[in-house]
Amino acid sequence: MPIRETFWNIPHWAEIAQYIAALLTAILFIAGITRRVLRWRRGRPEKRSGHFWSRIGSLVTQVLGQKRTLDEKFPGIMHFSIFWGMLVLAAGTALATIDWDVTHLFFGFQILKGSVYVVFELMLDLLGLLVVLGLGMAIYRRYISRPARLQNFPVKKLAGDDTYVLVMLAFITLSGYLTEGLRLAVMRPDWAAWSPIGNAIASLFLSLGDPTNQTLHLVIWGLHIVTAFGVLISLPFTKLFHIFSVPLNIYFRSLEPAGALRAANMDGGMGVKEWTQFTWKQLLDFEACTRCGRCQDVCPAYASAQVLSPRNMMVKLDDHLWEKKPRALHGEVVLADELWACTTCRACVQVCPAFIDHVTTFVDLRRHLVDQGKMDQMLQDALSNLGRYGNSFGQSDRMRAKWTMGLQPPVKDARREEVEYLWFVGDYASYNATLTDVTRKTAEVFQKLGLNFGILYESERNSGNDVRRVGEEGLFEMLADKNSQVLSRCKFQTLITTDPHSYNTLKNEYPANGNGRYPVLHYSELLDQLIAAGKLKFSKKLGYKVTYHDPCYLGRYNGVYDAPRRVIEATGCELVEMPRHRERGFCCGAGGGRIWMEEKEVKERPSESRIREAVGLEGVQMFVVACPKDLTMFRDAVKTTGNEQRLEVKDLIDLVAEAL
Amino acid sequence: MSQDIFVVIEHLRGQVAEVSYAMLAGARQLSKADNGEVVAVLLGHNAQGLAHDLAADRVIYVDHPALAEFTSDAYQIVLAGLIQEHSPRAVLFGHSSIGMDLASSLSAKLGIPVVNSCRTFTEDGKFVSQICGGKIMVEGALPAPAALATMIPGGYKTEQGQSAQTPPLTPASAAGLDNLRVAVKQYIEPDTSDVDISKETMLVSIGRGIQNKDNIELANELAQALGCALSASRPVVDQGWLPTTRLVGKSGKHVKPKIYLALGISGAPEHVEGMGESETIVAVNTDPNAPIFNIAKYGTTIDMFDLLPVLIDKVKQAK
Amino acid sequence: MKIAVPIKFVPDLVEELTIDPSGTALDTTWLRLIINELDDHAVEQAVLLKERGGGDVTVLAAEADGVDDFLFTAAAKGADRLIKLTGDFSTADNHALGRAFADVIKELQPDLILTGVQAHNDLDGSIGPLLAEYLGLPYVGYVAGITPGGDKVIARKEYAGGLVAEVEVKLPAVLGIQAAEQPPRYVAYSKIRQIMGTAKIEERPLGALESGGGVMIERMFQPEAAERATMLEGSPEDVADKLVGLFKELGTL
Repeated sequence: MPIRETFWNIPHWAEIAQYIAALLTAILFIAGITRRVLRWRRGRPEKRSGHFWSRIGSLVTQVLGQKRTLDEKFPGIMHFSIFWGMLVLAAGTALATIDWDVTHLFFGFQILKGSVYVVFELMLDLLGLLVVLGLGMAIYRRYISRPARLQNFPVKKLAGDDTYVLVMLAFITLSGYLTEGLRLAVMRPDWAAWSPIGNAIASLFLSLGDPTNQTLHLVIWGLHIVTAFGVLISLPFTKLFHIFSVPLNIYFRSLEPAGALRAANMDGGMGVKEWTQFTWKQLLDFEACTRCGRCQDVCPAYASAQVLSPRNMMVKLDDHLWEKKPRALHGEVVLADELWACTTCRACVQVCPAFIDHVTTFVDLRRHLVDQGKMDQMLQDALSNLGRYGNSFGQSDRMRAKWTMGLQPPVKDARREEVEYLWFVGDYASYNATLTDVTRKTAEVFQKLGLNFGILYESERNSGNDVRRVGEEGLFEMLADKNSQVLSRCKFQTLITTDPHSYNTLKNEYPANGNGRYPVLHYSELLDQLIAAGKLKFSKKLGYKVTYHDPCYLGRYNGVYDAPRRVIEATGCELVEMPRHRERGFCCGAGGGRIWMEEKEVKERPSESRIREAVGLEGVQMFVVACPKDLTMFRDAVKTTGNEQRLEVKDLIDLVAEAL
Repeated sequence: MSQDIFVVIEHLRGQVAEVSYAMLAGARQLSKADNGEVVAVLLGHNAQGLAHDLAADRVIYVDHPALAEFTSDAYQIVLAGLIQEHSPRAVLFGHSSIGMDLASSLSAKLGIPVVNSCRTFTEDGKFVSQICGGKIMVEGALPAPAALATMIPGGYKTEQGQSAQTPPLTPASAAGLDNLRVAVKQYIEPDTSDVDISKETMLVSIGRGIQNKDNIELANELAQALGCALSASRPVVDQGWLPTTRLVGKSGKHVKPKIYLALGISGAPEHVEGMGESETIVAVNTDPNAPIFNIAKYGTTIDMFDLLPVLIDKVKQAK
Repeated sequence: MKIAVPIKFVPDLVEELTIDPSGTALDTTWLRLIINELDDHAVEQAVLLKERGGGDVTVLAAEADGVDDFLFTAAAKGADRLIKLTGDFSTADNHALGRAFADVIKELQPDLILTGVQAHNDLDGSIGPLLAEYLGLPYVGYVAGITPGGDKVIARKEYAGGLVAEVEVKLPAVLGIQAAEQPPRYVAYSKIRQIMGTAKIEERPLGALESGGGVMIERMFQPEAAERATMLEGSPEDVADKLVGLFKELGTL
């Protein structure tokens, strides 16, 4: 009967040595893990408990199912193969250990015998092949096809770490196969065919004869064991640690709305000056990064000027935690230019298979820069204007509703009379001279639909969404307070806005300030609801072929993807998607306060890249947006890329007004 | 007590500053109220030659080695003596780095009122001052019996204060210039390696509306097609997109080309001070309310990014 | 070095200015006050000098809406002492304000007094030179850069056309600041809030205002827009054609 001959050909001393080595390995392994955990505990506290089952659910889909990892085909399959192959091999080894050291030793029977054993052999043999396949793909990718995102090494020594992991895993797998092959070559059991790979290897060694093969087996077994223990010991000290840190990071990921930023640390100055001011979860983020570079590929800041790579930031920050002679976090490890380059578009967070939240960390670091007054002059002017006048344009608050002049009937003053919809207009729609036409058109559409709506006139302040993301928490609080005070005195049912940035903070962050338990709707959602309720009927089918740009703060931050699309289709337009759409929508480059900052040297502006993407769609005449800032960004980009004749930038309301 | 109007002539490095001529023109206007004389007060060392084209009835010239360079200390001592001695009806100073060092101090020292930022004077002895960044004008009788005033440019043309005849010169002596507390150590010349925009017959000038550094290339292309230089308002220079040698305005160059093409310039007073005397101002600005349209002869609210590519082509064709 | 910085609040030009029914003053109903921009530069320059060579900075202001916030902001930047003159300044011109500042500054005995070289509503002279005379000190204005050296400073004085003079001034002295060596820094709101808990504003009640500068306003008015520009209308092509025609006509093309 087939049975697992554990420690065949292994002298007793070697067997003993192996157990001693295993014990030492376990001690070193635990010490290594403890070292990491202790480091995380030097971070500030942050609550990440609760929602046990949904957290477990994430582990199942994202770790066992490798869901996000598989979003990209080649690297996905590559990692899936290595992950599942190694997992089964490790489980097999564990089972063999139980079989020998528990059931056989104490109870005198073995599980691994008969048909169970041959299936066990077959499984391990084949899954080893999966590892070989995955490792082959990995070696090909890293050293032959060499995708750009794996080529930058902000920390030089990590190139060695990458190689180490591949070499060790390859060695373990191959030496495992050789050990098996040599054992089969000597023993030649009847059930050898159940190990097809091992058996094939055995046939190569048959000619060498017995004593040689037995010696060879012992040597290779020894190397296999030493390597395996080596890998285990090195696990907490190398990239392999992600096996531990990534599932933890997935388990502890934030389940709060993506649009609600954590309040700033105020202990020892605002934001993060030294790494110990990060929360433990942020430190875990850095430790979970596997340098896969998916974030870098989707980062608009990286695409436009290579100033910021979210991947490099994580790598540098992680390295910084362990520096023997700690450098300054700001200025040496992380540069201000990198931090200011972030548009907070959240594309990096959305693709990260380890569920790292880069943006929160960048904002915390920016908060320190703001605390120190270190920012460019344009941003400084914008923040000063926001503080003094409540808008970044530095115009009088009394000019805020100037755009309503001439509208008949006059737009209601929501501070004085009750309205159903309170329209929070936002800075750009109110003050930007080139946008007020669209703002008026929106008001006219609302009037035609008979909506009972009003605005806050000069009492509205900038919502503070981007102020907060710039890192000026105190100013955000002031703006939010002022708006909340006015809102609390108004009678209305629903807050509406055309600006996704205002939408985000009004919806996700204002309630946290103790105010505003009211529904917040983006105008695309409102229009969609009105269409569904039969209150908005179109008289024309426009028949244009259009594409739609997902605003980051509407899409990725708040998951509103379908409402604007349904509205576009209701106007009788044919919607053609750009390659980067919905969760993968590409930022216009204006978010996170970027629109207030100086533009540094760029290769290609994100907005221009986006327009070229749209121009690539056959027959598309219009580029539809649902955000005032997008309108200015893309109108400009259409001109600078010379596509004015080819593509027209339209606001969603333009289509609605035309089709009415 | 006399009815004469004193004008403190400003000069630096052997050149009479333009504001001096505007002051002489203003003084002439003012002198009509009380039939006084226009008296140029020239302080310096071996500087009498500077008096040759001053449109004054006479010149009081004070020569002293300590007056070779302008210092507030020495000028104040000399001027205080002259004012006390002659008791003029009014003393005019430039609203400038020289005059502003003197007028208010002398006011406090001598107990004579001072009126700042006078743009014009009327024949009935009134001042018209421009305050609040050019947004507000105030008018009032020049305080009597004596007054000091600082003058901003713009009210009078340089030629009005120039004369073909050299006015008679009366030397006066200076005393008390021993223990001075202020001394000029050296001058740092402005960068002259770049073009001198004040000598160009046409300027393409850009302001905040240019938005970013890349767009400067577009404006530069137009300037090259037109064969003229590119200049800018403060925000563009502050951003470091053009060198300070291209700055037009109060703190930069004062220019008066035949055509001043203002692209995306709002027309703040500080800028207008440097280009208001251009012969023809053409303004391109999307904001129809921009103050630049109040001084421009021609204007358009077309987006400059729409206009420039077409204009560049047409200029090239026209050549 | 002991530095005193007297500052002044002025009408904010962002707000529309209107003239009151008397026709001789600004209508104060809509008026909002803001720090005189150049005084803000003077505060920055003082803090820069302190950061570079040590010292003690006192900022002085007359009571007005928003002055407390500004003083706290100055403290957050690095000012050590904040003094507010309290009383009715509604009729105070620069001569009166200068005398009021002079009385307080005499006690402080600073080495250097920095203030903005001018403010946009100075009608009866500017604060710096008035103050210098009341204190019997030398004055140099249009300064954009200061290098201290013992009992003197070198001030970089700006002239029109970009010429700069390096002027040596014996201390104590008053300098009129045209621009600080770096633009006034930004102070985060949280910092201001924090300093409000620790910094104190010393209040100095004003005695009777001494007589002012003697300038009477008879009429205040807004400049009529001279002839407005002839607007060129049409497509970019049309406008470009018209401009090319104009350039030819004027002989620049």
